[in-house]
Amino acid sequence: MSFSWAKAYEPKHPLMRWLDDRLPLPRLAYGAVGGGYPVPRNLNYWWNFGVAAGLFLTIQIITGIVLAMHYTASADGAFNSVNQLIMRDVNAGWLLRYAHMNGASFFFIVVYIHIFRGLYYGSYKAPRELVWMLGLVIYLLMMATAFMGYVLPWGQMSYWGAQVITGFFSAFPLVGEPLRIWLLGGYAPDQAALTRFFSLHYLLPFVIAAVVVLHIWALHIPGSGNPTGVDVKDERDTLPFHPFFTAKDGWFSAAILLAFAIVTYFAPNYLGHADNYIPANPLATPAEIVPEWYFWPFYAILRSFTVDFILPAKLWGVLAMFSSILLLFFLPWIDRSPVRSGSYRPVFKRFFWLLVIDVVVLGWAGGGAPTPLRNVISQLAAAYYFLHFLVILPLVSAFETPLPLPRSISESVLHGEEAEAAPAGAKPRRTKTATAAAE
Amino acid sequence: MRFILGFIGAVFAGVLLISLISGVATYVSSPPAPLAADEFHKPPKPLHLSSDGPFGKFDKRQLQRGFQVYTEVCSACHSLKLVSFRDLKGLGYDDAEIKKIASDWKTQVPSINPDTGEETTRKALPSDSFPPPFANEVAARAANNNALPPDLSLMTKAREGGAAYVYSILTGFQPQPADLLKKFPDAKTPPNLHYNPYFANLNIAMPPPLTTNGQVTYADGTPSTVDQMARDAAAFLVWTAEPNLEDRHAYGAAVVVFLLIGTILGFLAYHQLWHETKRSVRETGPLEPQNQAKSRRAKTKAGIAG
Repeated sequence: MSFSWAKAYEPKHPLMRWLDDRLPLPRLAYGAVGGGYPVPRNLNYWWNFGVAAGLFLTIQIITGIVLAMHYTASADGAFNSVNQLIMRDVNAGWLLRYAHMNGASFFFIVVYIHIFRGLYYGSYKAPRELVWMLGLVIYLLMMATAFMGYVLPWGQMSYWGAQVITGFFSAFPLVGEPLRIWLLGGYAPDQAALTRFFSLHYLLPFVIAAVVVLHIWALHIPGSGNPTGVDVKDERDTLPFHPFFTAKDGWFSAAILLAFAIVTYFAPNYLGHADNYIPANPLATPAEIVPEWYFWPFYAILRSFTVDFILPAKLWGVLAMFSSILLLFFLPWIDRSPVRSGSYRPVFKRFFWLLVIDVVVLGWAGGGAPTPLRNVISQLAAAYYFLHFLVILPLVSAFETPLPLPRSISESVLHGEEAEAAPAGAKPRRTKTATAAAE
Repeated sequence: MRFILGFIGAVFAGVLLISLISGVATYVSSPPAPLAADEFHKPPKPLHLSSDGPFGKFDKRQLQRGFQVYTEVCSACHSLKLVSFRDLKGLGYDDAEIKKIASDWKTQVPSINPDTGEETTRKALPSDSFPPPFANEVAARAANNNALPPDLSLMTKAREGGAAYVYSILTGFQPQPADLLKKFPDAKTPPNLHYNPYFANLNIAMPPPLTTNGQVTYADGTPSTVDQMARDAAAFLVWTAEPNLEDRHAYGAAVVVFLLIGTILGFLAYHQLWHETKRSVRETGPLEPQNQAKSRRAKTKAGIAG
């Protein structure tokens, strides 16, 4: 699609030729994830998490469809259909359920790594702004899907999580409360909310899959980025996706699946909360309401606003929480540096790792009971999050002097650098040592 | 636009700073009163069961003893709604034994008289789940000083600490320490509650269920100390919460070995393709800045200009 040297699909078998003339699906696959997609040859392992995310979306859809065959979306029956029918009586139901539970966590793990890779290597910069923004749309859809999925077992955390999260809407003046009641179909989460969450939880993964198609399509126009951030110049810079990157993604995905299997089979409840094994009880609030771990940083931002300053604290929290994600849509224009890769941006690189630490600290702050110390740390970390993206990043990109970039990807990758740099007659050092070793 | 966004960022940071200052000011001017639970609540005692760890398997004799403790003690108040009599196969009982256990169960199952259509009860069958001791929540509360004995099916998954928590609660009843009353005179355990440092707020509604050694006479002759009964009950509740644990561990071992082999073969295939054939390529190289510096140093050393 993107480069002139991309190989065209040549069907060999008569059946494939016949098919290609009528419905060129194999041609599409060949150009998208086959030999017809040239990929920069210098990708490192941080580039393997996109394929891994696709893998977990697939796992979630497959396990989810089978689970839906046994699940009862009713306030009376949901808890038992999960914890009695699926976990005890359905053949390998416990495996489907644990795989789906932990698959959600692993989906978020690989997507977070994928997002931070994009942040470090400037993957959001021109000409890939739409790839980045479509990715953020996928992330938002994932959050909605994960939240609604967590409600379905109708345990204590399901119920109170739904109560808290739909409560965000009531923070907005005038329209907030009616909107919340309309969304829930009642004054509190109940049958109406559960069935609509189930319906949407089944729908949204397919919407995600559709946006993934757009995400990949938009990616294939400029082609994949690479760790140097330097544009692909000619054929020497790239390798066909298949077999080179299918092989690389293949073994790496197997390694990620290995980690997934270890958690699913040997610590399936480690990432969950014990309270969700207590049936939902609208009359008993849990000691502390915490969302799933992948929402902790945002939950920390929400809780950090404790003072009614002009606006109510809750509204501040909700606005800040939504802004913390929405601001990422502006990132291509916030970061003005023409250099994409963080490897060539010494100042940016330091702030990037500070941001990683900041988000981890926010996660820690959002995952526990709000003690005074935790509140202070959470407030500092939340303030840094906004300052990083909205103040520090524009300043860094304006004043930083980047390191010199390599002239092209292939120049150094293909061992050409030393020979090219050496004056005529001088032997490259590598050859010298090789000769010495031979003697 | 960058200016507007920068302003928004500064506003959020500013409001957070105000929140921080006001929070610290409140903390300094009126520090929160310490609670007895903050100081006297204890984490669960360690408990080791044969089902622990990635290769853990149930000790069926222990599960049977635990089931006996449940039958003779816990089941007076606590239901086990998610477990069916037929599931007891996992404890090593055979069909005839399970049939007998079901039909001898102290509470019967609600039913309908096939001749008259009147509501009645019948003996439990292996396909029934354990009938609860109380007909409904109101009856359960009425019989227990308005406290509701929770269902035990998922207890070891529904509490932080799992089996160790259950064991600690069962063996943790004790008189309220004099220290506590000296420090927190208002924290005296109210009537009808019982002091137990392993319970979140220190006072649990459940009266000590296991009080004397020999309270249950074990069929297998194991001496039934309070500690032993508590361990066995906790082990039994691990099984009720996770009856597929052994299958899970066995599948897990096979899947991990399979994926490990797959990962190794996949890596070798990748390595051969990228690094060993004539098409071999280097994936990264002197491109990274630190490598650029290295290669510059190497060149200087070798006396090559560049």
